[in-house]
Amino acid sequence: MTDKEKKELEVSKKKEIEAQSGEPTREGVVFVPDVDIVETEQGITLYADLPGVRKEDLDIDIREGVLALTATVEPLPAHHRIIYREYDVGGFQRRFTLGEKIDQGKISAELTHGVLVLHLPKAEAHKPRKIEIKS
Amino acid sequence: MALIRWLGEDDLISRMNRMQREMEDRFRNLWRYPSSATNVYPPMNVYDDGESFIVRAELPGVDPASLDISVAGDTLTVKGKRELESGDDKSSYHRRERSRGEFRRAFTMPDHVDNANVVASAKHGVLEIRLPRAEQAKQRKIEVKS
Repeated sequence: MTDKEKKELEVSKKKEIEAQSGEPTREGVVFVPDVDIVETEQGITLYADLPGVRKEDLDIDIREGVLALTATVEPLPAHHRIIYREYDVGGFQRRFTLGEKIDQGKISAELTHGVLVLHLPKAEAHKPRKIEIKS
Repeated sequence: MALIRWLGEDDLISRMNRMQREMEDRFRNLWRYPSSATNVYPPMNVYDDGESFIVRAELPGVDPASLDISVAGDTLTVKGKRELESGDDKSSYHRRERSRGEFRRAFTMPDHVDNANVVASAKHGVLEIRLPRAEQAKQRKIEVKS
């Protein structure tokens, strides 16, 4: 294998939500979106891949320290007959528990090109601070 | 990766080395892409609406303008790169599931296409390429002369 071939992406079969984690309450398949979660001193940033999701079809709910993402995807026109399939189209659902460090009132979100970016800033009390020594 | 190139080394030691390398590659991929299967990226679907073939791929976070899409004959090729922001030294990853890297995929359509009129668009992270059927490939009714 050449280096170039190695760099190419293999992968990523979409993970369907398993039946054990609750019966589906709506029609169609629901997937678990892939996420990256990055923590810095200032806070946590969550990136979630939500291809095909429009802003108005995404619901972000924070309740009792749990952040729940629920997204639906518009179905394709019925006359588009599938002739070759590598992936399924469906909605997305995933839940995250928020640490107490997060300032829940200051969470913000953007959705561009099917990627959700959630900014979860840390509460002031949890940000690192330098203490100056008075002479 | 499904294709393993034959390197032409036939003795046992180089074969063992090769196996070891392959195992390492496989584990590295498992670590980087926990959701991995043997699929290629990005997965693509092909639809037919009677007039055109429609190729769709989920490419969230990829700027459609950065893609290199070409059609030669009835073969469509999509090349691109998925680059994702990564944190600096001061940041740490709690999860890293999203795939990143370069990709290249090629598809030959099941029928002749009018490759001068291929249109690509992207919406909400889903790429859509529309390849109209060539005039001579369209279904035609043949009248039987009496």
